[in-house]
Amino acid sequence: MTATSAPARGGVRSPAGGGGQPARRRWRLPFSPWHLVLIPATIALIFPFVWLVVTSVETPAEALHFPPVLVPHQIRLANYPDALHSAPFGRFFVNSAIVAVVTVLSNLVLCSLAGYAFARFRFLGRTALFAVIMATLMVPFQVTMIPQFIITKWLGVHVLAAVGINHIGALILPNAATAFGIFFLRQFFRTLPLEYEESARVDGASRLTVLIRIVLPLATPALATLAALTFLDSWNNFLWPLIAITSTNQMTLPLGLATFQGAHQTEWTLLMAANVMSLVPMLCIFFLAQRHFIRSVAATGLAGT
Amino acid sequence: MRRGVVSSEQFTGWAFVTPAAVIIGLFGAAPIVWSALMSFQKNNLLTPDTPFVGTANYRQLAHDPVVAQAIQHTLIYTALFVPGTMAAGLFLAVAMNRKIRFISLYRTAAYATMAISTISEAIVFIWLFDPSYGVINYFLSWFGVPPQQFINSPSQALYVIVIMTIWGWTGFAVVIYLAALQGVPQHLTEAAAIDGAGPWQAFRRVTLPLLSPASLFLAVWLTINALQLFDEVYLSTQGGPLNATTVLVYYLYTQAFQQFNFGYASAIAYFLFLVIIVITVIQFRVGRRFTYYRS
Repeated sequence: MTATSAPARGGVRSPAGGGGQPARRRWRLPFSPWHLVLIPATIALIFPFVWLVVTSVETPAEALHFPPVLVPHQIRLANYPDALHSAPFGRFFVNSAIVAVVTVLSNLVLCSLAGYAFARFRFLGRTALFAVIMATLMVPFQVTMIPQFIITKWLGVHVLAAVGINHIGALILPNAATAFGIFFLRQFFRTLPLEYEESARVDGASRLTVLIRIVLPLATPALATLAALTFLDSWNNFLWPLIAITSTNQMTLPLGLATFQGAHQTEWTLLMAANVMSLVPMLCIFFLAQRHFIRSVAATGLAGT
Repeated sequence: MRRGVVSSEQFTGWAFVTPAAVIIGLFGAAPIVWSALMSFQKNNLLTPDTPFVGTANYRQLAHDPVVAQAIQHTLIYTALFVPGTMAAGLFLAVAMNRKIRFISLYRTAAYATMAISTISEAIVFIWLFDPSYGVINYFLSWFGVPPQQFINSPSQALYVIVIMTIWGWTGFAVVIYLAALQGVPQHLTEAAAIDGAGPWQAFRRVTLPLLSPASLFLAVWLTINALQLFDEVYLSTQGGPLNATTVLVYYLYTQAFQQFNFGYASAIAYFLFLVIIVITVIQFRVGRRFTYYRS
């Protein structure tokens, strides 16, 4: 391994410096020196996760001991059911999943439709409408959250209780379509060649058929990226659920966890068990789809540059 | 014929955009205008009418000592968090941008920090930094450092939040820098080496300029997020101790949803918006001078 990688970098210098002379013998590590940097860095990055898991299987006495017990004497798994008994983390998880999945699906549908129209159709008011939507992209959530709260409250009372304050619908509807999603898909649709769409139109396909049968299959990478980013955003959202939800059985994981933390400040072992349970599903999804998440995040970064 | 095509496009166009436009209009666009109006009103949920009060909210903001503190804390936080995260991300990305053993393990460890929510992250870190039982105090004791108060200390709490958020964003910065590093053509760094540049010089003169678009993106993106810091503060310190971690958005939240001063909170929100715009514009202006685009 080292034999192949080291000359590739180190060897570059020898033609310039060495000329014909034999390269000076230098003391070499039997492995890449970068390991000396990467191993401590990785330990530092991983340690919070490790400590989280260790605390979650300690007894309260071990957790509240100084110096800390680095290796628990026995693995106390009972912290997990205990945590589940003191707060409905299963419910929080289901709520988070429902909110995230529905938000992703509705964004894929609504942003595809709107993004395609902005990319391909000419209609009255297109430019103005697009400009307004883009303007909302630049405004931080804190500016809109108070009216959003009032509107959501009003909708819940006068239109449909399921999208009002204290229902998970309130976490879905305001994010069911996003300016970012529309912009992102529009940009992607514009890079697709027109020919396929035109020939399908000539064959008599409707606009919607063209979008579903021709454009969307070509846009799978962009749709997957949007899905991944929307999912992460929804799953981690905290401020809006904090404002919109107060009843326990409608809470999402971050909100449930924060509320639990407030109520059980000193029960560290239970808190950590709850935290592990809330993290594991996301970590699993993340590792399974790691390549995809990474590509999505990198794509937004490169698009930004 | 042509008329028909045009009008069908009119209809389909609107049909396609309407659902999304209604949602964004209702929850995105209308609230921008509404909160602008509200920032000139007295609106505190207690009294039903919301009279216009001119610039009273903005004048109150200018004289509110907590706002002055919040601005200071927000700026200190941003000034530490943004360069800290970029440095950590750049360093790790450069170290990881090579084919050595265990490299996917190292990369995964960095990426994993992206999968943790801000709330989970904050819970882990207040436990790590617990003044009485925290493992960090134990590690410090190895070096003879006495136990620190960390989030209970007005002079340390903000720095603990800086550390936890840098940790939480490192994975993101690594991903961005690794992607950018993959775009640095090897023949350029090799050419620099042939011209006699050492590894450090090749990095400074060739790699770093080629990474500048990614750096500008990260600087802007991280700054926008830093100025909106809330979750970690809410969870760990609630703005305390003694307002030491009260940042703008946290103060805005307490004004809006604990005091229900919607008018005043809207003024703070617009002030925050202004700060974000000004800083972003400055970053782009200054950044453009140092940013090198290859195409």
